[in-house]
Amino acid sequence: MNLRYFITKVIGRLVLVLISIVFLVPIFWMFTTSIKDMSEVMTYPPIWWPNPPKWHNYIEAVNYIPFGRYTLNTIIITIGNIAGVLFSAPLVAYSISRIRWRGRNILFMLILSTVLIPFPVIMIPVFIVFARLGWINTFRPLIIPAFFGGGAFNIFLLRQFFMTIPEELSDAARIDGASEFGIYSRIMLPLIKPILIVISLFTFLGAWNDFMGPLIYLQDEAKYTLSLGLQMYRSTNYVEWPLLMAAATIVVIPTIIAFYFTQNTIVESVTLTGLKG
Amino acid sequence: MKAISARRNTLYGLLFALPWIIGFLAFTAYPILASLYYSLTEFVGIGIPKWIGSGNYKALMNDELFWKSLYNTIYYVGLAVPIGFVVGLGLALLLNMDLKEVGIYRTLVYIPYVLPAVVVGFIWLWMLNPYFGLLNLFLNTVFHIQGPGWFSDPKWAKPAFVMLAQWGAGGSAVIFLAAIKDVPRELLESAEIDGAGWWTKFSKIIIPMISPVILYHIITALFGGFQIFTTAYIATNGGPANSTLFYVLYLYRSAFQYSKMGYASAMAWILFILVLILTLIIFRTSARWVFYRGGGE
Repeated sequence: MNLRYFITKVIGRLVLVLISIVFLVPIFWMFTTSIKDMSEVMTYPPIWWPNPPKWHNYIEAVNYIPFGRYTLNTIIITIGNIAGVLFSAPLVAYSISRIRWRGRNILFMLILSTVLIPFPVIMIPVFIVFARLGWINTFRPLIIPAFFGGGAFNIFLLRQFFMTIPEELSDAARIDGASEFGIYSRIMLPLIKPILIVISLFTFLGAWNDFMGPLIYLQDEAKYTLSLGLQMYRSTNYVEWPLLMAAATIVVIPTIIAFYFTQNTIVESVTLTGLKG
Repeated sequence: MKAISARRNTLYGLLFALPWIIGFLAFTAYPILASLYYSLTEFVGIGIPKWIGSGNYKALMNDELFWKSLYNTIYYVGLAVPIGFVVGLGLALLLNMDLKEVGIYRTLVYIPYVLPAVVVGFIWLWMLNPYFGLLNLFLNTVFHIQGPGWFSDPKWAKPAFVMLAQWGAGGSAVIFLAAIKDVPRELLESAEIDGAGWWTKFSKIIIPMISPVILYHIITALFGGFQIFTTAYIATNGGPANSTLFYVLYLYRSAFQYSKMGYASAMAWILFILVLILTLIIFRTSARWVFYRGGGE
């Protein structure tokens, strides 16, 4: 029994190390390509670590396209989305979890049902509305909807959190004459700060990584985001692999940092939401 | 008094939900109806849509590319969803092992999941380069196999996307893991006392206990799979020989490159109904295999 336990552990560990390597190799390959010469890229056998590393590729990469401009554009859109989600999602989650009104269960079902709508179904009419408003080539179509939605999953998470807060807390504040909005902003929001941070990180990842939205709405090259800009290292029959991979590495770094902060909270939030059943 | 407070609550309830309700009407309800209307018109995006009834749907039935894109997508979903389920659950079981450093493995396996799809597309375009891609170099050096052309071979391009999707399996593994960790210890322990082996514990306790999460996973994976776009746009842009022209890619082209907004809306509605029917079927069968623990929590 003990021997069997020991063997399971050793084999399990071995498998996990192998899997981890397999999952990491593509990222390592991206990075190592980013510090190679074009001549070191197309070689057999492959070069794992170029000597000397061409760190200069990073300077070239950020000068190859308007990298600073695109970073700024991406940051504006990302911050706009975070602000929008933080504004709208807690409000509606509060409404369906802490205010006892008749329509709240219907509203909750309605919110959940929106995840069953494929994006292409709403994409075209929304595009046409924004086009009529003259908002193509602006960041508005990529930011403003966030202020009027918040995402079904975020709202769901927030609702579950709001429901863990004792009802007496609100009742006591109401007796003290606090307004509904006062209870919301001064008592409830501070209490759910940890989950607001999680939602911000999710929103950050979504907006930072978004491709289809910018692709549809941003046609003027000066308005591009980093996701769109990465395509510019490629022409019809040629790819600047080292520069592209250098740029990709830079784009990826903030997402890995954000991920580092989310990883535990994701597990906890899954448990807390009762998704487990 | 009571009536006043009920009215007051309704008022505040609506007030707090107002941004969402406005957004729902403007960015969900209206667009759904509008796209149904557009799907019955000929519309280039500007000017007035011209009513053609079921014209777009009839044209789609005779459009080879439509069928091809539907076939490609179903092929992809049919492989990527079951394989993704097995890989995700398998990873979760491994990550559930009682090892000191298991947190490190979890972190490493999860990282690819948070990367931008554009970067994922480019990384794999490079990894799967027929001549200098790492995978074929590996196959050649270790197994002396000449690897396929992957994204440049119509036979291998779709499987390549299925493989690429598995790179993000850490995302579902973490969710499965959380569910597995939540299975009551006493259940597993008493099963052990009764002499249950590893497989019995897995199939008779773990699977039923995490079945709501499995249902959630399958539905989201299905939705994600049917809407595969960015990685395909980057890595192959539909090629070679339209072998990776996935549904949404063709829809995107129809709408924004060929300005056939009505045609694309008809495609969107067909997709909508297709995934709704699939979801409905899954929900119907789920009564038989999804086990909900009693309330109380």
